[in-house]
Amino acid sequence: MKLTRKSNAAPVAGKPALGISRRQFMKHAGIATGGIAAASLMGTGMMRRVEAKEVPHDAPIEVKRTICSACAVGCGLYAEVQNGVWTGQEPAFDHPFNAGGHCAKGAALREHGHGEKRLKYPMKLVDGKWKKLSWEDAINEVGDQMLSIRKESGPDSVYFMGSAKFSNEGCYMYRKLAAMWGTNNVDHSARICHSTTVAGVANTWGYGAQTNSFNDIQNANAIFLIGANPAEAHPVAMQHILIAKERKHAKIIVVDPRFSRTAAHSDLHCAIRPGTDIPFIYGMLWHIFENGWEDKTFIKQRVFEMESIRAEVKKFPPKEVENITGVSEVDVYQAAKLMADNRPGTVIWCMGGTQHHVGNANTRAYCILQLALGNMGVSGGGTNIFRGHDNVQGATDLGLLFDNLPGYYGLTTGAWAHWTHVWDLDMAWVKNRFDQTPYLGKDPMTTPGIPCSRWHDGVLEEKSKLAQKDNIRMAFFWGQSVNTETRQRDVRDALDKMDTVVVVDPFPTMAGVMHRRKNGVYLLPAATQFETEGSVSNSGRSIQWREKVIEPLFESKTDLEIMYRLAQKLGIDEQYTKRIAKENGLLVIEDITREINRGMWTIGMTGQSPERIKLHTQNWGTFSNKTLEAAGGPAKGETYGLPWPCWGTPEAKHPGTQILYNQSKHVKDGGGNFRARYGVEYNGQSILADGTYSKGAEIQDGYPEFTADMLKQLGWWNDLTAEEKAEAEGKNWKTDLSGGIVRVAIKHGCIPFGNAKARCIVWTFPDQVPIHREPLYTPRRDLVTKYPTYADMQVHRLPTLYKSIQDQDFSGKYPLALTSGRLVEYEGGGEESRSNPWLAELQQEMFVEMNPADAADRGIRNGENVWLEGAEGGRIKVQALVTPRVKPGVTFMPYHFAGVMHGESLAPNYPEGTVPYVIGESCNTAMTYGYDPVTQMQETKASLCQIVKA
Amino acid sequence: MATMKFLCDTKRCIECNGCVTACKNENDSALEWGIQRRRVVTINDGQRGEASISVACMHCSDAPCMAVCPANCFYRTDDGIVLHNKDTCIGCGYCLYACPFGAPQFPKKGAFGSRGKMDKCTFCAGGPEENHSDAERQKYGSNRIAEGKLPMCAELCATKALLAGDAEIVSSIFRERVAYRGAKDAAWN
Repeated sequence: MKLTRKSNAAPVAGKPALGISRRQFMKHAGIATGGIAAASLMGTGMMRRVEAKEVPHDAPIEVKRTICSACAVGCGLYAEVQNGVWTGQEPAFDHPFNAGGHCAKGAALREHGHGEKRLKYPMKLVDGKWKKLSWEDAINEVGDQMLSIRKESGPDSVYFMGSAKFSNEGCYMYRKLAAMWGTNNVDHSARICHSTTVAGVANTWGYGAQTNSFNDIQNANAIFLIGANPAEAHPVAMQHILIAKERKHAKIIVVDPRFSRTAAHSDLHCAIRPGTDIPFIYGMLWHIFENGWEDKTFIKQRVFEMESIRAEVKKFPPKEVENITGVSEVDVYQAAKLMADNRPGTVIWCMGGTQHHVGNANTRAYCILQLALGNMGVSGGGTNIFRGHDNVQGATDLGLLFDNLPGYYGLTTGAWAHWTHVWDLDMAWVKNRFDQTPYLGKDPMTTPGIPCSRWHDGVLEEKSKLAQKDNIRMAFFWGQSVNTETRQRDVRDALDKMDTVVVVDPFPTMAGVMHRRKNGVYLLPAATQFETEGSVSNSGRSIQWREKVIEPLFESKTDLEIMYRLAQKLGIDEQYTKRIAKENGLLVIEDITREINRGMWTIGMTGQSPERIKLHTQNWGTFSNKTLEAAGGPAKGETYGLPWPCWGTPEAKHPGTQILYNQSKHVKDGGGNFRARYGVEYNGQSILADGTYSKGAEIQDGYPEFTADMLKQLGWWNDLTAEEKAEAEGKNWKTDLSGGIVRVAIKHGCIPFGNAKARCIVWTFPDQVPIHREPLYTPRRDLVTKYPTYADMQVHRLPTLYKSIQDQDFSGKYPLALTSGRLVEYEGGGEESRSNPWLAELQQEMFVEMNPADAADRGIRNGENVWLEGAEGGRIKVQALVTPRVKPGVTFMPYHFAGVMHGESLAPNYPEGTVPYVIGESCNTAMTYGYDPVTQMQETKASLCQIVKA
Repeated sequence: MATMKFLCDTKRCIECNGCVTACKNENDSALEWGIQRRRVVTINDGQRGEASISVACMHCSDAPCMAVCPANCFYRTDDGIVLHNKDTCIGCGYCLYACPFGAPQFPKKGAFGSRGKMDKCTFCAGGPEENHSDAERQKYGSNRIAEGKLPMCAELCATKALLAGDAEIVSSIFRERVAYRGAKDAAWN
């Protein structure tokens, strides 16, 4: 077949769309926003980067294997380096996740080797002017400031904001740095990303992670996406979704207030009102229970307390669901029937589900849907929870969180004892690093710190209401964009009020420029992940090793070097790096990976030694794009990236676990079952699995998690070696550093974490079953009495408001529902991607999507400037994008923009030559209060606003 | 001898713009801000029936640009790739009139948008200058064809919607997909 032009065939051209497409819209947007002018700007007196065009074509090429740093799909690519310059990017067709494919961000990755807009050297703000600083002075001044604040206000007055962009080793060492400084005031963007997932899902069946893999979606017969838009946020995931659609005729159901680019490929789109996920899921379950479509055997054997859910679901008959969610009975029925008829089906969710003040309950509701359908622990099923940043899974696993140590050990004395043991340190020394005085009855060492979402409340809140000695007075913003946090006006006030602000980042970021300070801001240029090496965990728990592509540009330093230098300055480096070798004054990164392996028993991040990770990355072409398994080659039989749990020591050669809770496999081959994490009984009922177990298990029923005593009772104690016995005595599978308990359990076919049911009720949470609660800022006042929010409460260190906000009616002045989300061209706070000209060119204006009806009511035409005011009074000036993509009464904004506030440009605040190509209002200036009571997730998906013509 | 063609599978295109930035990445040396050799066009945006297609020069067998060019600056390679010579191009824009796909691009620099030399997709095959010479890189961008590689846009496509290569191979890949999907979901519906 030859493609030839037919004489009279008209060129492809549909009828003009109603509205206007985003691309057309952007075409009209001002190109002069800074493009041409900015593109040629080069800071004066800067050291110049070497440009690709200056390298001769035939210079020898070195090929490096690296991993995209945008989202958590983990796409691999080949970076070509000539004379030390990143001159080429070639597709890795043999990479098992992406088969060479990339979205706009991945395809523009090489721009990282240019870094025109990057910070070039350390700087500090002196009387309103940026002044160059040597690294030595910078570390000394920052360290001195830390020590003086410690003296006056204690260790908790220094805040450690970390990053999902760190390597695993970086995440781990940052958490360790905070621990050895003596605070739990450490967190990162997972707090405002999937924290509610981690809490909700882990409390349902054991681990708070994606249960299957991107590739496994190819095996699904139905794909249910709620609050997820992979076509923009995880484009390469669509490769697998569309293959399932093509090959298996998988049905695609999208639940989203917008008709997203993902919905464009769906069989059914249900546009729920923002913040009504639980009624929608209960609406589906109503039909499932009514028609007997639930998997009764699965529920009986593997699910605890589905009865409580049945009782709650009865309150949500079709009429009520339609009234709350705005989705018709026919569509809800159809969604339920498609899922029931096309098993196994997978459920995918992202920020649309998690970023709510009821986020943890949303995620539990999604899990319960899968439990009812019996879709868990099977290929093609599961909850495929897509993480947002390239290493947010790793950062979460490694405890870069305000309420955890690495491996989700928590902050109990036992958890500290375990990690102190891993670090080879004296517990008394570690304990003494902390403030010893309890505040509001809470002990600083064992009480969660202040969350990423609310560090500004830690600065601004009255001291007496905080469960710590003093306010936060100094903060590190290390690879985190503060414009991703709601209530930007408070964020700005907090930045103004602190003694010292330290930004460690390749870019100045908003923390460096949105304040009104004249002094006391430090900008320390960090290297990107392409200028260092280390391991990175993708959303599917697979770990890959990024090779260093180029040397750090300008005067940038790697995260690990900056951390180490700070530790030296603070006088804790000896303890901090006790088990880690140094070479040329730098830490040996593989030793850090090994220390991670030494302590991470809970999730089985123990078998992925640096050697094994590198072996996989170097041989990624031997792993199947369908099954992720290597049919041959040096890693034969293993799963790509050794997804955790990768049980036991590296020598045990566990192949990794692609699908969690999969009983059809032996644990030694990656099998599993739901985890026994919540004891063995509740109110006299057993919560262990009922007559079901993973393949080859010698205990053919439910069983609790393994301890030394349990091995003795089972008569398996003597399977341990003498050394293992010495270490394992009195320990459990999570704390036995010899790995003997894990080894012996697996030898008998048992899962070290036990075999229990998944639970539909969580008795330690504010809501035992997921309960619908109207958003704090709801447009439906008529539903508030029936579905009220929580009473105000103290969460860890901070007072948290609920009822006192919802009691006020904002819906008159602010009648439009407001939600936010991603664009494919940008990522996170956007400071990096808006500084990439290849991306910035495609999205030059901040905008708000509004329905033609709402626009007409306000006399607003497409492309006009409007003032959007959030329900707390934050005002932003943006362009109107009038489109049927959102329903009447609903508006949407992307969250990647920053650099303009209340209509005023912040460009003059940037150091010379670092203003991104594109700046715009942050949607979070208009976004409002609202926090999940379990995790302090912020509410960015359901608020209110009013829009007027500017 | 190959006949090089592009094909964009509308059932797979998700408008992620990977092809657009891939082109920028690969042909950076020849492209300035505002020039996009490739772009993604969406119809029915934001409503049922929304579909996207990635468009650039289609390297027509009977290329209208070539037929109308008064300066005769176009030529076709043995592989059926339509290229042009920027040294002889007079920037009249007649090719833009003729092209059914809007492929020809013009620099946007200058106060009144003075037109300058036309630029368009080269199928990553450079131009009339010596392969991989500085002149070729500055005027036309990369030359992957000379290295035995295919255009960057298609090679990096996130969902394998955009295919490039010998028409026979491209069509056999697409034919296989259509066989799985059935006629109803073949391309546009």
